[in-house]
Amino acid sequence: MAGKVKIRGKIKNGVAEIKSLMPHPMETGTRRAEDGSVVPAHYIQNVTCYKNDTVVMKADWGAAVSKNPFFSFQVKNANPGDVIRVEWTDNLNETGSGELVLK
Amino acid sequence: MAHSRRRFMRAGMLLGAAGAFLSAPLRAFAARPAFEATQIDDALSHMLNGRPVEESDAIKFKIPDIAENGAVVPVSISTDMEGVTAISLVIEKNPNPLVARFHILPDAVADVSARVKMGESSMVRAYVETADKVYTTSKEVKVTIGGCGG
Repeated sequence: MAGKVKIRGKIKNGVAEIKSLMPHPMETGTRRAEDGSVVPAHYIQNVTCYKNDTVVMKADWGAAVSKNPFFSFQVKNANPGDVIRVEWTDNLNETGSGELVLK
Repeated sequence: MAHSRRRFMRAGMLLGAAGAFLSAPLRAFAARPAFEATQIDDALSHMLNGRPVEESDAIKFKIPDIAENGAVVPVSISTDMEGVTAISLVIEKNPNPLVARFHILPDAVADVSARVKMGESSMVRAYVETADKVYTTSKEVKVTIGGCGG
């Protein structure tokens, strides 16, 4: 099941400030459910951000990034029409992505 | 907890072995030992590759002094330094101290924000990597309600 990434952003003086939100449980693998059983680890490990076809940012995450991660970054030399794309992969090899066309 | 961790480690080793035969997945797993480390020094040795670390006041490190909810602690790290290749966040008292590492490629600004979990009050460190040196700064964060319960 592929997840989604919500992306917002705008260009200011050639730099695009991007804000992204990734709905994801981000389970650490140490939390216990109400019945006392351990909830298995399930968290995003890799995030890759593209401007058109160029990778601009790669993030490696541990399980201590908060649930439904918020991630903000800035892209240089951004022009209207450029496509910003954010993709993630978690420890169960599930993936998610989202795109934004800059105005 | 110890048991599940052992299982997790074993799974990691198996994946590592599988990765050795497949060049593409190898890259993806290369970063993980630093994240699995339970001691800061271990995490750092995987991350720094022998580069010297120096305290710096040229890192802008925004994180609240008091975090009312350890499950969601907002953090921003940025710098005007040239040649930054990565920005990392280490929470000393978390079970796995290395929380996140952001690789800054040429078309990205050295400025990232995210939200993280903190199990208890702790020193929190930001690391800014360049090709031959690593800079760091720290802040003490008090947590009123821990983030381990989710």
